[in-house]
Amino acid sequence: MKKLAKNLKLLSIAAVASFFSVTAPTASAEETIKVGVLHSLSGTMAISETTLKDTMLMLIEEQNKKGGLLGKKLEPVVVDPASNWPLFAEKARELLTKDKVAAIFGCWTSVSRKSVLPVVEELNGLLFYPVQYEGEESSKNVFYTGAAPNQQAIPAVDYLMNDFGAERWVLAGTDYVYPRTTNKILEAYLKAKGVDEKDIMINYTPFGHSDWQSIVSDIKKFGSAGKKTAVVSTINGDANIPFYKELGNQGISSEDIPVVAFSVGEEELSGIDTKPLVGHLAAWNYFMSVDTTKNAAFIKQWHEFIKNPKRVTNDPMEAHYIGFNMWVKAVEKAGTTDPDAVQKAIIGVEAPNLTGGISKMLPNHHITKPVLIGEIQDNGQFLTVWQTNKLVPGDAWSDFLPESKPIIADWTPPILCGNFNTETKKCSGQNY
Amino acid sequence: MKSLFISNDKTANVVLFSLIALIVLVPLCNAIFPSASALHFSAYTVSLLGKYLTFALLGLSLDLVWGYCGILALGHGAFFALGGYAMGMYLMRQIGERGVYGDPVLPDFMVFLDWKELPWYWYGFDQFWFALPMVLFAPGVLAFVFGWLAFRSRVTGVYLSIITQALTYALMLAFFRNEMGFGGNNGLTDFKDILGFNIQSEAVRVTLFMISGLALIGAFLLSRWIACTKMGRVVTAVRDHEARVRFLGYRVEMFKLWIFVFAAMLAGIAGALYVPQVGIINPSEFSPLNSLEIVVWVAIGGRGTLYGAIIGALLVNYGKTVLTGLLPEIWLFTLGATFILVTVFMPNGLAGLLLKKGGERRT
Amino acid sequence: MKANSFTWRMSLLALLMLCVRPAIALDESTAETADSQEVSEQQAETVLDPFADALARLLLGSMKERGQASEQLSLTGHPAALPILEALLDGSLYVLRDKQTAVIATESGQGYRIAEASTGADLGLVERSDLSKVNITNSLRTKLRKKIALLQLQSDDASVRLSAVNAMVKTADAKTLELLKEFESTETDEDVLSSMHLIFALNDLQNNDRSVRLNAMDTLKEYNSLEAYNRLSVLVEKDSAGNFIEQDVEVIKKAQSALKKIEARLQFYNSVETMFFGLSLGAVLVLAAIGLAITFGVMGVINMAHGELMMLGAYTTYVMQQIMPNHIGLSVILAIPAAFMISALVGVAIERGIIRFLYGRPLETLLATFGISLFLQQTVRSIFSPLNRSVTTPEWMSGSWQINDFLSLTWNRFYIVLFCLLVFAALLQILKKTRLGLEVRAVAQNRNMAKAMGIPTARVDAMTFGLGSGIAGVAGVALSQITNVGPNLGQSYIVDSFMVVVFGGVGNLWGTLVAGFSLGIANKMLEPHAGAVLAKILVLVFIILFIQKRPRGLFPQKGRAAEA
Repeated sequence: MKKLAKNLKLLSIAAVASFFSVTAPTASAEETIKVGVLHSLSGTMAISETTLKDTMLMLIEEQNKKGGLLGKKLEPVVVDPASNWPLFAEKARELLTKDKVAAIFGCWTSVSRKSVLPVVEELNGLLFYPVQYEGEESSKNVFYTGAAPNQQAIPAVDYLMNDFGAERWVLAGTDYVYPRTTNKILEAYLKAKGVDEKDIMINYTPFGHSDWQSIVSDIKKFGSAGKKTAVVSTINGDANIPFYKELGNQGISSEDIPVVAFSVGEEELSGIDTKPLVGHLAAWNYFMSVDTTKNAAFIKQWHEFIKNPKRVTNDPMEAHYIGFNMWVKAVEKAGTTDPDAVQKAIIGVEAPNLTGGISKMLPNHHITKPVLIGEIQDNGQFLTVWQTNKLVPGDAWSDFLPESKPIIADWTPPILCGNFNTETKKCSGQNY
Repeated sequence: MKSLFISNDKTANVVLFSLIALIVLVPLCNAIFPSASALHFSAYTVSLLGKYLTFALLGLSLDLVWGYCGILALGHGAFFALGGYAMGMYLMRQIGERGVYGDPVLPDFMVFLDWKELPWYWYGFDQFWFALPMVLFAPGVLAFVFGWLAFRSRVTGVYLSIITQALTYALMLAFFRNEMGFGGNNGLTDFKDILGFNIQSEAVRVTLFMISGLALIGAFLLSRWIACTKMGRVVTAVRDHEARVRFLGYRVEMFKLWIFVFAAMLAGIAGALYVPQVGIINPSEFSPLNSLEIVVWVAIGGRGTLYGAIIGALLVNYGKTVLTGLLPEIWLFTLGATFILVTVFMPNGLAGLLLKKGGERRT
Repeated sequence: MKANSFTWRMSLLALLMLCVRPAIALDESTAETADSQEVSEQQAETVLDPFADALARLLLGSMKERGQASEQLSLTGHPAALPILEALLDGSLYVLRDKQTAVIATESGQGYRIAEASTGADLGLVERSDLSKVNITNSLRTKLRKKIALLQLQSDDASVRLSAVNAMVKTADAKTLELLKEFESTETDEDVLSSMHLIFALNDLQNNDRSVRLNAMDTLKEYNSLEAYNRLSVLVEKDSAGNFIEQDVEVIKKAQSALKKIEARLQFYNSVETMFFGLSLGAVLVLAAIGLAITFGVMGVINMAHGELMMLGAYTTYVMQQIMPNHIGLSVILAIPAAFMISALVGVAIERGIIRFLYGRPLETLLATFGISLFLQQTVRSIFSPLNRSVTTPEWMSGSWQINDFLSLTWNRFYIVLFCLLVFAALLQILKKTRLGLEVRAVAQNRNMAKAMGIPTARVDAMTFGLGSGIAGVAGVALSQITNVGPNLGQSYIVDSFMVVVFGGVGNLWGTLVAGFSLGIANKMLEPHAGAVLAKILVLVFIILFIQKRPRGLFPQKGRAAEA
């Protein structure tokens, strides 16, 4: 028994010691610039996020080939938050305190970003968030390189209204904050455009919903009331396949009731039998099929890096591409990786996107992007059918929601606030 | 009989003293050494350790119902999450006007979803004295109602396991609904302070860590004491032969109910301590998979010993942190394999192994 | 390089525009995207023949151009025009890359079989890479459908004519009406005539003559047509002050009574539809649960890896389709025995390797099999990647059985209900009629007694577990047709299938069947009122409460075996 107790004591000492060793700062940190990659590599979100991790590794490798940054090599630090939201915060803290990374590229879902947000604000880190999201946020420490609602949802609805002539609308989404907000903004927008309340049907389903029979049948009935009907889908990930299958089987064609989706990209389509989807729409800021030299080079580079010529590229990958290049330029401009200096330097920085334009980081930490609407083809690619002629600046706070209408974000003096109320002249909701 | 308890205590004492040493050592080191020193625990490590301690408390509470009463609850995470939500609601109300929309009463997500006034069940949560009992009350009431129905109609064994799983699954679906008024998928987050102290400051972190440790030690001692009382003996007897105990004239369902509610409250405390340390609570805490994971900790540590659950929870979670960092692909393989090996070859878990080594086998 | 060829193509195109049709401005928006065609200069000279000109312009990149060309093509009256437009609509019109000729291609075993579009001459087999597709957009598709419908009116096949007329119901204008009137005199098929009369009646509703309108309503109330319902509803609409917009009181009255009649039928069909939805959801539940009913019910083993065994079945379907990509339908059929074998083998391995050490400790089996489920999930993730795999639905399982405008049943669901019943019947027969079944039942009732009678219980255990796992694999084949094939497939069904087994009563296959279907129907009946999530929660809460009332489910096992 005594021996056992001794053993256990040794064990606990060893455990404590290992914690110390984990926390001990590494001496060689100065020779490289560390870049944190915070994407789930296991769990439910691994499907989407693994690709983004690979994208980051590719971008960092390329930058190192060009000679690194500020004369130092970049070193990626990859961690796995395992699709677990509290773990995102924990790993972000690990990256910032233990590894002392200069910037973090990561997160996919809104809840993971919300989980990381207090940590990067507390430790004054930099987070580049590459996915389209619901807006209503602008943090000093976060740069939103994906689309805000005005860069995706509103143009898509405009297209359906003007080009297709939709008069009746189904807003179908998964029950979480992104669809809720997007639909709320769209509802307000449609009403402002004179669409009657009874011509809008809103429907929410849980994550991974698989039995769409009743809902699709309802959509069919709703759409057969004589007016042209369109579906705006904010249905998330896994639920999409059964949804489109059911649409196809119940005979709803893209000509009768087109569905425009905001969460279905090339990567998602590669796991679907696309036949029933042909002609349905998606709105993004990038399509793999876009014909520019920059894009062709990017695709070639991606295929070489991942060693699989069949892998597709998608919108969040482009967002990381833009975000990473912006960060590199800002660091060069500031001459240091110090977060405060980079935050100041990055506003106004321009970097080319893959669709032939030059995106710019705005004072509200969002970027300018083109909006593309594409029809799904049977090879899993999109055929661009409409495109904005100019880049659209991302709007953090939607003008269509009464509570966020007076709010603006501006990280340049004199406002220096992500949440400035232009009526009360007050800055609220900040952590510092 | 008596010697059995004493020898059990000896192993347990090692765990106990290690815990005490830990909660003394960490604040002491942080007080003595400057933050640059290698012996200074960073906020990251302190929060991580604090999280492990709350998990250990959760594992302990499950061990009470499973190891001592034989009820394999596959929905124990629900009580943890409810306690967490109670604490989260308090922290949410503490944000006050500092929210994104600056509404003095409504949390941000409510402003966002056009709620005009606070739902009734959010009343009172701006007061700590109200929120604190709620941490016990919410899981307790759920456990009471559920247990009262289930034990009275003698739902036992796998049936009970499966309906507890259904319970937590139903709760998860419900909390995912934005209409419920608990923030939907995003849950509750962006907390600012607790009892007026900044939640991100190091002092608060260390304090929370210490409270977690004290709560664990307290719960451990209390549970051990309960197990020694007459009531505890009856509960253990129920595990070993329920029908016999009933024929002896005991009201089995009352004993089960009592221990079930007590364990649920402990889980609630664990949840309440967990939330301020990780900074978020969301419905995925209700997922049946999470509850199964708690069972894994206890199974690996060894059930029916209390300290086994603590060791199991600490070890598995430490392993998870290390492995998901190094080899994310291997983690599920390791967990799955450990699971199979433990159930097949070490039915009493690590604690059983230790006991066997010591030459005294629990009968 | 790429940019160069692009600008070269654009300038050539512009040049072509200038010499052929200077009036048409180049559509700026998106014209040149996926498949802009290389245009050789010879083609510019074939301007004289309107058919050839239209065909050539159809192959040009611009969508606007393509629309006009298809219009022109339909007016030429060329015999090849209809097949070309049809091919364009269903996406089988391609351009042969090197020769720049339009071809209609069909996928065949070795590649693509192509036929020249203008002559129909067979050009043999080519690779997909030799072809480039002629894309169209939704707006063009809509236009095409209309044009094709007009052309199809002349078809000899009555069913083609019927679908053509049906396509016109919504959009018939004065011009089409005239055309239809012409065809009516020569039409002999009753269904086609009936559809034509519907269109005439719908048109008559707007007539100035009251009696014509009233007559039209008499006709319309007999039709199961949504369009008729919509048009009649317009007649009884009220303005914001609550007064009828329609002036004629008699028309309003008649419309109301006609609507009532149609509504009654509509309601009937709606409830039939809900019933069917419930049945099909129930069938999925039963399929997922029935294997569990064997391992859990008959053997008392709680198999948390059951969902993963279904996942294996779904992946087998995917692999089968990869092995024979040209026989999708056959591969799905063959996947059924293959999936059964694979899942059954894995099941037997699990039983022999792990579970047999844990008999009599149901809670431990639960834990061990949970470990197995994690293991299987990660294995599949390592082999097939975490991404979902695409399983193609065979032709005969897609689409729906259109009974009338109010009711259509989707084929895949229909087959799944059928399949579920077949599997159930087969399983019942195995348990009732075969020696294995007899032994399984004997062991389930009294293990020791069965052993004493000389039944090799260990072998029977393995076989039973294999049978239950095999059924799970078969269920996976069915699931692959309606949902995602990915590593998480199993997890999403495990809680549901346990619910079904527990609700039905452990150890009772009939209980599982009844439970599955009743839960499915209950869910679907609640869904329109409560929404999908709340319906599910309500059903779960109901089961939890039900178990309190009847701890052993709907059909409890009786006797000693129940206590084991």
